[in-house]
Amino acid sequence: MASDHLLHLADNALILGQRLAEWCGHGPVLEEDIALTNTALDYIGQATFLYKYAAESEGQGRDEDQLAFLRDAWDYKNSLIVELPNGDYAQTVTRQFLFSAWYYLYLRNLENSSDEFLRGFAEKSIKEVRYHLQHSSDWVKRLGDGTEESHRRMNDAIRELWPFTGEMFTSAEFEKAASEAGVAPQPELLLAEWRQIVETVFTEATLKMPEDGFMHLGGKVGKHTEYLGYILSDLQFLQRAYPNSKW
Amino acid sequence: MVSTEEIWAILSEVPDPEIPVINVVEMGIVRDVKISGGLVEVVITPTYSGCPAMKAIEEDIEEVLREKKIANYHIRTVLSPAWTTDWMTDEAREKLRETGIAPPEKDSADKNVLLGKVRVVKCPRCDSKSTHMISQFGSTACKALYKCDDCLEPFDYFKCI
Repeated sequence: MASDHLLHLADNALILGQRLAEWCGHGPVLEEDIALTNTALDYIGQATFLYKYAAESEGQGRDEDQLAFLRDAWDYKNSLIVELPNGDYAQTVTRQFLFSAWYYLYLRNLENSSDEFLRGFAEKSIKEVRYHLQHSSDWVKRLGDGTEESHRRMNDAIRELWPFTGEMFTSAEFEKAASEAGVAPQPELLLAEWRQIVETVFTEATLKMPEDGFMHLGGKVGKHTEYLGYILSDLQFLQRAYPNSKW
Repeated sequence: MVSTEEIWAILSEVPDPEIPVINVVEMGIVRDVKISGGLVEVVITPTYSGCPAMKAIEEDIEEVLREKKIANYHIRTVLSPAWTTDWMTDEAREKLRETGIAPPEKDSADKNVLLGKVRVVKCPRCDSKSTHMISQFGSTACKALYKCDDCLEPFDYFKCI
């Protein structure tokens, strides 16, 4: 059994990378097309490192490709927020901002992990995530404090995405174990600082912090929205249609 | 028996696939060369996690080693210490500038990035300091896109990480 904690981090990165890659050729302007696909590449690279390590630690002879291409939706442990559809650009950058702020804080803590690989992984990835966070917060400000139309779209995006933010700060069993072992931070402890980052950027963007209400959970234990299956059918098509093909 | 110095020299012949004016040693991608019991171990590190050039770099290294009749080798990828633009040599920076890519500033990890401040980047063509950033992400993951307000040329800036 591959470690659920490693799979959770890897699945977050792979699924968000895949989502962002959907913008390839469809970005609102060329620069953004390039920015999002570059970000997608960072995530897919990070996912590859994590899957590789998960496969090696499992010691069952699987490799990173098998973990990415041959698991079904209920084996995926990503947070729900990363699998949500891209929506309009406001929704894509809002999701990116809310997620990157969490991921940045998470990686900063992971740099002190008791696991040597994860320390190195965090040290590497945080440099990339810092750029993702800046890029997405720039857009939150630009659209929030933009036109009436862009402001309205930002509010719609926040209303849509907010109920999916609680999951990032709610420990699954494997996260409790990982934090007790000193491997990873306890997600709950990142919430206060995350709220501060979000509030600072929202204020500058003339956007209001929403009230916390019902929060969707389940992604970390394999209970996903219907969207994940569609992503996987795209992502895994080749390996399913032509098993074991290599190129 | 081949020496580590010879291996370093051989590796200096491998150009970076995306910026061929610089070789992979100058880029700081090759971290270490070890030889034990006839096995040559080359340790490399990626610039960015998803850098699509890494696979090509590995293959190029293998090719040049095989050309030099070195059959017993192993290429290992490490993530730590994380690659930083500080490892880029001065020669490499100068070569970048000559090619029209503004080299990275020396004091690595743009702490400013989080605060949303943008650095002053000199135009590699006319040296003007009045330039502005068009996009944080340029033609490759490691570059941002800038434009010079004096000579009006757009140019790539090698981002600090």
